[in-house]
Amino acid sequence: MSKILLHGTEAICEGAIRNGCRAFFGYPITPQNEVPEYMSVYMPKVGGVFVQAESEVAAINMVYGAGGAGVRAMTSSSSPGVSLKQEGISYIACARIPCVVVNIMRAGPGLGGILPAQGDYFQATKGGGHGDYHLIVLAPSSVQEACDFTYRAFDLSDKYRVPAMILADGMIGQLMEPVELPPMRPLSDIPKKDWATDGGYGEDRRVLNSLIIKPEELEPHVNELKKTYDLIAENEKLCEKYMTEDAEIILTAYGTVARICKSAANILRKQGIRAGVIRPITLYPFPSEAFSEAAETAEAFLSVELSLGQMIEDVRLAVNGKKPVYFYGRTGGNVMDEEEVVKAAKNALLKVRAGE
Amino acid sequence: MAKVFTKTKMLTDVHMHYCPGCTHGIVHRLVAESIEELGLQDKAIGIAPVGCAVFAYDYFNCDMQEAAHGRAPAVATGIKRCLPDRLVFVYQGDGDLASIGMAETVHAAARGEHITIIFINNSIYGMTGGQMAPTTLIGQKATTCQNGRDPAVNGYPIRVCELLATLDAPYYIERVSTQDVKHVLAAKKAIKKALRFQAEGRGYSFVEVLVSCPTNWHMKPVEALRFMAEETSRTFPLGVFRDKSEGREEK
Repeated sequence: MSKILLHGTEAICEGAIRNGCRAFFGYPITPQNEVPEYMSVYMPKVGGVFVQAESEVAAINMVYGAGGAGVRAMTSSSSPGVSLKQEGISYIACARIPCVVVNIMRAGPGLGGILPAQGDYFQATKGGGHGDYHLIVLAPSSVQEACDFTYRAFDLSDKYRVPAMILADGMIGQLMEPVELPPMRPLSDIPKKDWATDGGYGEDRRVLNSLIIKPEELEPHVNELKKTYDLIAENEKLCEKYMTEDAEIILTAYGTVARICKSAANILRKQGIRAGVIRPITLYPFPSEAFSEAAETAEAFLSVELSLGQMIEDVRLAVNGKKPVYFYGRTGGNVMDEEEVVKAAKNALLKVRAGE
Repeated sequence: MAKVFTKTKMLTDVHMHYCPGCTHGIVHRLVAESIEELGLQDKAIGIAPVGCAVFAYDYFNCDMQEAAHGRAPAVATGIKRCLPDRLVFVYQGDGDLASIGMAETVHAAARGEHITIIFINNSIYGMTGGQMAPTTLIGQKATTCQNGRDPAVNGYPIRVCELLATLDAPYYIERVSTQDVKHVLAAKKAIKKALRFQAEGRGYSFVEVLVSCPTNWHMKPVEALRFMAEETSRTFPLGVFRDKSEGREEK
C-alpha cells in the first residue's frame, strides 16, 4: 500500500475510524483542535456520531454514555482539558467502560503554554483521577505510530475493559509525515459486548455503575481491577531497544524525545561512546524488564524528558538501585536538541566514573 | 379473586431506601408505569444521578447507567446519539441538575437532545443531610443556612423550567407536583407525555416534579405535603412552559 502525507492529529483520527470508532466527543483546545475538526467531517461519513461538547467534563461523560452503550468511543484534548476529564475517567475506569482518550500534551502547569511538553506522565500513568486505577497508556513517536497506536488502543481497551490513553506531546500532534493507513475494519468484525446497556428489560437488564457502597463488594471489585492490570502487564508491555546490547550508557525517552535520543546516541557512537536507547512504548504498563536487563551491562542511565523528571521515577524503580539514573529535561514548551543530550550523556558518564 | 392492582413490572422488587413520607418513590412509579404503558420497556435506558436517587439503577427494571454528579444529561447524550431508537430517560435531583450539572442541563436542552429529563425538586440536598440547594426557598432553613436562606448571602432560588424555556430547542417543559392525589395524577400525565414525545422523535422533554423531604425539612409527612402546596409551589409555579405539540411556545 502507498503512503500518504498526514498530520499527527489526522493520523490519530484515521486510526480510530479504521478500527470501528463511531462516536467522538470533544471540546476545542490547542494543540489538538484538528482532531475534533477532522472528526466533525469524517465521523458522519462513516455513520458515526460527532458532538462538540460544552466542556471537556461533558465530553468525557458523553464517552461514558456511548462507550457504555457498546459503541467504540473516543475523546481528545490537551493537558488542561485532560485534567478536567479526570473525574469522568475515574468513573469510566470503575464502571469498566472501554474508550480511548487522547492527550496531546502542552506545557504546564496551569494554563501553561501551547508548545510541546511531557508534563502529564504522572497523571496518565498513575491514575490521574481519584481512587485506585490505571489506564493503558501508549506513547507514539511518529505520525505512523499515532495512527497505529490509536487503532490498537481500541482493541486493548475492549479486551480488558480498561480505558486507554494515547499520550503524545504537541510535536507528534502537529507533525506531518508519510503514513500507511490500515484498512477499514468492518464493524461486524468487532467482538460484541455482552455487558453493554443498549436497551434491556427484566432479566436482560444490565447496569453500568461506579457506586459500590458496600465495603465487602467494593474491595473484590477493586481487586478484580488489580488482577486485570497485572494481566495487562504480563501481556502488553512494549518498548523499543536501540543499540542497547553493548551500551555503556542507556538514554531513555518516549515520544518525540526518543527520536532526539536516537540521534544523540548515533553522535555519541561516532565519538567512541557506546550509547543505546530504550524507548518505552507502553508507559503503563511500564516495560521495566528492559531496564533491569540493561542494568546488568550498562554503567548508567539518562532519562530525557520534556518535564522536570517524571518517567525517571519508573526508570529508577526498574533499575532498582543497580546503576545510577541521571536526568536531563526541558520545560515550558522548549525542546532539547541532540547536542544537549550528547552533553548530558557525557556528564552522566563523568559523574558515574567519578563515583558521584 | 379478581386482581384489581399490580405493581408495574418496570420496577424491580427491591425495597426502596427512601425516607418515610418522601415522594421520590411515587415519581419512580409514575415513570415506570408510563414506560410500561407506552410499551417501551425493551427500549428503555435510564440514567441515575448522584443524590437521593443514586440507587435508581436498582429500582428501574431496565438497562441503567449511573452517572457522575451532574453529568447525566451528557451521559444521556452519548447514549441517545449512538442509539437513536432507544428511550433514554434521566432522573436527577436539584443539586445534581441545577447546581453542579447546570452546564450539562442547559446544553443538552439547547442542543435539543432527544432525551427525557425528570427533575426532582425538593429544595434541599437530601442524601448529604439537608444542605442548601440551588432551589432552596427564601427563608427556608438548611444546615448550611441555619437561619434560613438569606438572598443577601445565599442568592435566590433558580427556576429551571423558566430558564430552559428561554431556549429554542426544547419541545416540552412542564412543572408538576406530588402534593396530593390530584397533582400526582397530573404529574403522571406530564411524565407520560414527555416520554411519548421522545419516542415519537419530537425532541427534548423536561418534567420538573416538586417532591417533599420531611426528613430534612423537619416536618411530618402531611405537613411537608402542605408546605409543598402552600410554599414550594409559590416559588415554583406549576404549569406548562413549553409544548410545541400545541403550538404553544411560551406560557
